[in-house]
Amino acid sequence: MANLKQLSKIPERLSGGHRLCPGCGASIALRQVLMGAGDSPVVVSCATGCLEVATTIYPFTAWKVPFIHNAFENSAATMSGVETAYRALKKKGKIDKDIKFLAVGGDGGTYDIGLQSLSGVLERGHRIVYVCYDNGAYMNTGIQRSGATPKGASTTTAPAGKVKTGKSESRKDLTAICAAHNIPYVAQATIAYWNDLVTKAQKAFAAEGPAFLNILAPCYRGWRFGSDDAVDVSKLAVETGFWPLYEVENGTVKVTYRPFKRKPVAEWLKPQGRYKHIFEPGNESIIEAIQAGVDKTWEKLDKGFLV
Amino acid sequence: MPDTAKSTIKALTGDQAAAEAMRQINPDVVAAYPITPQTEIVMTYSQFVADGLVDTEMIPVESEHSAMSACVGAAAAGARTMTATSANGLALMWEVVYIAASTRLPIVMPVVNRALSGPINIHCDHSDSMGARDSGWIQIYCENAQEVYESIILAVRIAENPKILLPVMVCQDGFITSHAVEKLSIFEDEQVKDFIGTHKSNFPLLDVENPVTYGPLDLQDYYFEHKRQQSEAMKNAMQVIPEIVEDFAKLSNKTYGFIEEYRMQDAETAILALSSTCGTAKVVVDGLRNKGVKAGLVKLRFFRPFPADNIVSSLSKVKAVAVLDRSESFSNRGGPVFSEVRSALYESENKPLITNYIYGLGGRDINTSEIEAVYNELQETIKRGKADKLVNYLGVRE
Repeated sequence: MANLKQLSKIPERLSGGHRLCPGCGASIALRQVLMGAGDSPVVVSCATGCLEVATTIYPFTAWKVPFIHNAFENSAATMSGVETAYRALKKKGKIDKDIKFLAVGGDGGTYDIGLQSLSGVLERGHRIVYVCYDNGAYMNTGIQRSGATPKGASTTTAPAGKVKTGKSESRKDLTAICAAHNIPYVAQATIAYWNDLVTKAQKAFAAEGPAFLNILAPCYRGWRFGSDDAVDVSKLAVETGFWPLYEVENGTVKVTYRPFKRKPVAEWLKPQGRYKHIFEPGNESIIEAIQAGVDKTWEKLDKGFLV
Repeated sequence: MPDTAKSTIKALTGDQAAAEAMRQINPDVVAAYPITPQTEIVMTYSQFVADGLVDTEMIPVESEHSAMSACVGAAAAGARTMTATSANGLALMWEVVYIAASTRLPIVMPVVNRALSGPINIHCDHSDSMGARDSGWIQIYCENAQEVYESIILAVRIAENPKILLPVMVCQDGFITSHAVEKLSIFEDEQVKDFIGTHKSNFPLLDVENPVTYGPLDLQDYYFEHKRQQSEAMKNAMQVIPEIVEDFAKLSNKTYGFIEEYRMQDAETAILALSSTCGTAKVVVDGLRNKGVKAGLVKLRFFRPFPADNIVSSLSKVKAVAVLDRSESFSNRGGPVFSEVRSALYESENKPLITNYIYGLGGRDINTSEIEAVYNELQETIKRGKADKLVNYLGVRE
């Protein structure tokens, strides 16, 4: 468990003044993750995306820790090189510090184009924490559909129109895919539940092997809500059961926060402009299908299974 | 050749020669993925690791894209880093090949030249590395396994030189060189260790006390200046490589130029080629010389940096030149080597007549009689006062 007093003493590793949108969920997520590393030195890699372009516009950088961006799909593989170099140099006595390694990607760079690179890293057992800040679309290029975009959401490449109702397919369950690699630690978190998130980050950094955190990080531009509502929307995702908070520690699935009574998923969908069309008459079945998906996920979770 | 007093003789294939050089270099990190005909390098090196002959940490990546990505991470971290690839593997890592060069990371990569798909073909041509000619990597082309071995050792010094700091590809011909056993002279391990020295990175990512940001977003304000610096590094390479080669000569008694001239002193006709074909062409040149024909050969060792002055000074002495390209550029104006050689000669006062032969695609053999026919045609060219065709295809069914 993290407590605020302790966390407030951890120096910020991602400084302010960067060019992310005000109210961006990604920077909140990353600051919480970095708190989870405590006093340990951390090296960060980041996939091409909002977080990267907004924090490292040459000749400026918002990173107070060593940082590397390579390309879009290879944050994990790049960090596997850094972490391996660390082991090689430490073995030769050229480095004596204990360093933590954090690879970051958005959902586009993780669920889609970077999935192979991530899978390779998890399989090879690098001691890396991989964080996906999941905002459910390619936000950096202008809100295009990704494998993380939920069913029914309107994006610029799966827009709602006269005959289409946004994305017709369901999300890919990336957290379960990562858990299937049988790595020491996998978890889902979101920014509204900071204590849950920081605790999971602490566990991830402490894991003796790869760890994966999937963090729902609302994007007000893409989700179409008010710029100061990211935390509230994040909270609704959990309260409605859309985004279950759980962890898989050495193979054991554990729900880390269970809403007392799950709110209808429509309460999460309603404030978001990307779902506006599914509230029009005739589209009730879409909301029902989304609700059914949530119910099914929890049915499995309640039995201790992800799939 | 290594100093006979201190060298040992080994029978090795080109791939094994590359792995042997890597063993003596003993890099901190090797990230690699198997692909024919490079696979034997990775297999041999993995065995060295398994047997404790090196203390390299290997990353058995899941693709070449990840191989080069991990190399970028490892080199940025401050590790001496190597990989190896061929053909489609090089194509898959393409994006990161450019990033490695622009990040100025001194990665050394043996490339076993193989035809780029499609159609799929596993045999030799230069379409893979020629496609990467504009990536900002230094490119060395090797005639035989001995050159492969020595060039990889040289490459470490070239890549890591503070005035250069560019990654280096050391190319050999797939199967022709990579899978043929040759007699090699191998240096003592200590000699190689002394020659390459210890690796020092200027801004290692692992220096957590002095954090740096690698790979920032480089917009209209700065990108151009950074590319310009890369050009400058490649220019510096023209100056610095001869110094490194001179140092290497103390070890090997061998001086590697940007080009190698073979019987060019009084030559009237010449072929310019790369890699193993030069070995075949030397046999042809000797035969022609025995018949009193003044034939010579220019072997291009470095394609990047492009040694234009050396080429011009060598080819300006002859009356007719044929440039042999083992890849097609589809410009209808010849292959990549021809285009650059011909361009280099543009301002020469003694321009030779020049023609291009595209040959050997997908591993099609080139034999001595075909090369001899090229020299014969060059003599006809001199008589006619012009080349019959700008671009010829050698050894193909028309």
